[in-house]
Amino acid sequence: MPLRILVGCKRAIDYAVKVRNHFISETKFNLNNAKIQVKSDFSGVVTEGVKHALNPFDEIAMEEAVRLKEKKLASEVIAVSCGPAQSQDVLRTALALGADKAVHVEVPGKEYETLQPIHVSKILAKLAEQEKVDLIILGKQAIDDDCNQTGQMTAAVLNWPQATFASKLQITDGDKEATCEREIDGGLETIKIKLPAVITADLRLNTPRYATLPNIMKAKKKPLKKISPKDLGVDISPRQEIVRVAEPPKRQGGGKVSSSEELTERIKKLGVV
Amino acid sequence: MNILKSRCKIRKFSFLIQTRNLALKRFPNYSILTDKDYRKNRCLDDVNSLDSYNEDWLKSCKGNSKLVLLPKTTLELSEILKYCYAKNLAICPQGGNTGLVGGSVPVFDEIIISTRLMNQIIKLDEESSILSCQSGCILQNLDDYVSQRSLIMPLDLGAKGSCHIGGNVSTNAGGLRLLRYGSLKGNVLGLEVVLSNGEILNSMNVPLRKDNTGFDTKQIFIGSEGQLGFISGVSILCPPRPRAANLILVACNGKSFQNVIQIFKTAKLELNEILSAFEFMDRESMRAVKENSNLENPFSIEVSEKCDFYCLVETHSSDEESALRKIENFYSKLSEKDLGLDCIVAENKTQFSYIWSLRERIAESLTKDGHNYKYDISLPLNKMYDLVIDIRKRFSENDAKNYFRRCIGYGHLGDSNLHLNVTSEKYDEKIFKLLEPFLYEWTMKNNGSISAEHGLGLKKKNYIYYSKTKENVEYMRKLKKLFDPKLLLNPYKTLPDF
Repeated sequence: MPLRILVGCKRAIDYAVKVRNHFISETKFNLNNAKIQVKSDFSGVVTEGVKHALNPFDEIAMEEAVRLKEKKLASEVIAVSCGPAQSQDVLRTALALGADKAVHVEVPGKEYETLQPIHVSKILAKLAEQEKVDLIILGKQAIDDDCNQTGQMTAAVLNWPQATFASKLQITDGDKEATCEREIDGGLETIKIKLPAVITADLRLNTPRYATLPNIMKAKKKPLKKISPKDLGVDISPRQEIVRVAEPPKRQGGGKVSSSEELTERIKKLGVV
Repeated sequence: MNILKSRCKIRKFSFLIQTRNLALKRFPNYSILTDKDYRKNRCLDDVNSLDSYNEDWLKSCKGNSKLVLLPKTTLELSEILKYCYAKNLAICPQGGNTGLVGGSVPVFDEIIISTRLMNQIIKLDEESSILSCQSGCILQNLDDYVSQRSLIMPLDLGAKGSCHIGGNVSTNAGGLRLLRYGSLKGNVLGLEVVLSNGEILNSMNVPLRKDNTGFDTKQIFIGSEGQLGFISGVSILCPPRPRAANLILVACNGKSFQNVIQIFKTAKLELNEILSAFEFMDRESMRAVKENSNLENPFSIEVSEKCDFYCLVETHSSDEESALRKIENFYSKLSEKDLGLDCIVAENKTQFSYIWSLRERIAESLTKDGHNYKYDISLPLNKMYDLVIDIRKRFSENDAKNYFRRCIGYGHLGDSNLHLNVTSEKYDEKIFKLLEPFLYEWTMKNNGSISAEHGLGLKKKNYIYYSKTKENVEYMRKLKKLFDPKLLLNPYKTLPDF
């Protein structure tokens, strides 16, 4: 029986947006030249007016799910996003890329600031049960908080097998198991896991397609359901406190020396050799 | 200029391929530079540092200058020109040296005066949105600067990271935003120009949008390629920076270029005030960036196999959402007329730059083929692509198939500006003879211009008559004599030999 797949779609700051003190010239398409900036109270970064997009690893996860569907190995692809109203933008993108339906778990702005992987994994687990999915594909991490926890935690909550950092995925033995290649230190590891399972996508799993205009227009007609964490019975009160968010240190400029003797002298002075 | 024809010893010079058929002689009236002429202060005279100033970036023209001067102020520049005028020393003005027709490098031993250190922004008037700066400011830096005040530079071109605004003005550079913001002839509101005798002609202090007092003298310097004066300062009108840019790439349906024109017409109607760029590229261009720069065709194989033309359509607006609605509407219209095969949308900044790079990196990827024969031609819209087809036909009729690697057409459709490029492994006389003068005659016959935005420089000066009448050229000469009686500024270029 073809699989039902759930894909996590986080809305994150576009990764091409520059950090404020980064000294790289803007390119022409960067008309919206808002940069990433730490809030004055050091509680996080300013997100208003900054270009957002679908988290790149989630885009890869979505592409993989859509490819499975195109191979007739999947029957339905469901996109899920947790966050404020704007999260629907990335869900529309996911639908344009080929998802069949979308679920928006609405978490208003203030609460979203403290939403953590533990909460998201519980939400995803609940949805997986409700939607009777056989496979959850998530990005290995989000590029904004770099947590790399949601996939692992979701597998734990559901007590399902997991294959993290997948760079190749094959559905084998009818549709009862998945064979995954993982990029690990020193080479590739191939593992087999029983379905249902959680898989997290690494960069080289695939190259996502572009959303086409006809598909974007069609996506508007696809179903998008809105629910709240409460509907799923998930408590999203914060478990951690963000103490301080700071900008990366400014890069110190280099110096020029006129001769190799001077260079060795300078290096010696620094005590590097 | 008759003296150019007079007998004098031909100096050996290292002309590269594209200019080999220009038999030029050094103007004998020019003095030879001696050590006494300069002090070692902000000047370069050693062989290593001179090289990058003597040769253009395409590596197609190389001069033999012994000296580069780097003034910082207009007064310094004026002093230099005064001295050169008195001593009869010829001059090659240079900006970012990103020109394509050999206009920015010396031909023989002209002194190079670079605007590199004239890089100060003088003022940005926020009420009127007029930027005043020295001529050596890099376009990219200016755009970064005005972006802080929510403004945008009215021009944009591939070389923006190194080209100087003074060079842009003196070559009347077009580029990618011309369709939306218009030409520099409209956007430059004032200039400061140093004439060959050191006199300073200033119209930059009170830049106004409207000023009909007498002749507009600055206009004559815009696009004059450094023949009439040395631009030292520019006042330019900067439009408000659009908040949102949307970009789509349309795969056109059908084999006929007429469909591309129809798409453009639809875009003009449906995207009207937000349309900021409309570029096209043919199948061969897409293949070139794939083979030489490894940029994958973003469309599915079924689409790319069928598609002969691609249109890149960009919009600048104040709101992304409403722009996208207009774009959807635009594409629905295309579908109704069966003009589009498919269309991709840039969903994030990475995709945005990727789609643009497909178009912008064509020129660069072609250099990997070997020798490039580059043509930049304005043609009436409905004739635009016929030239590419006719050139291809000419090649096959003359059994040149084995000699050339590619013959491609792309360009600014919105400005009916075609970039026709032919490549071969090495420079080949046979290909050259098939292209010229055929291509220029073809252009003249079809009421086009043989140089739309690249100018004439050294490489194309003798083709001026294909686009301008004898009388016009005669008055250009008169102007040249008036402003530069000793013919010291950027010699051997722009105006044809007698």
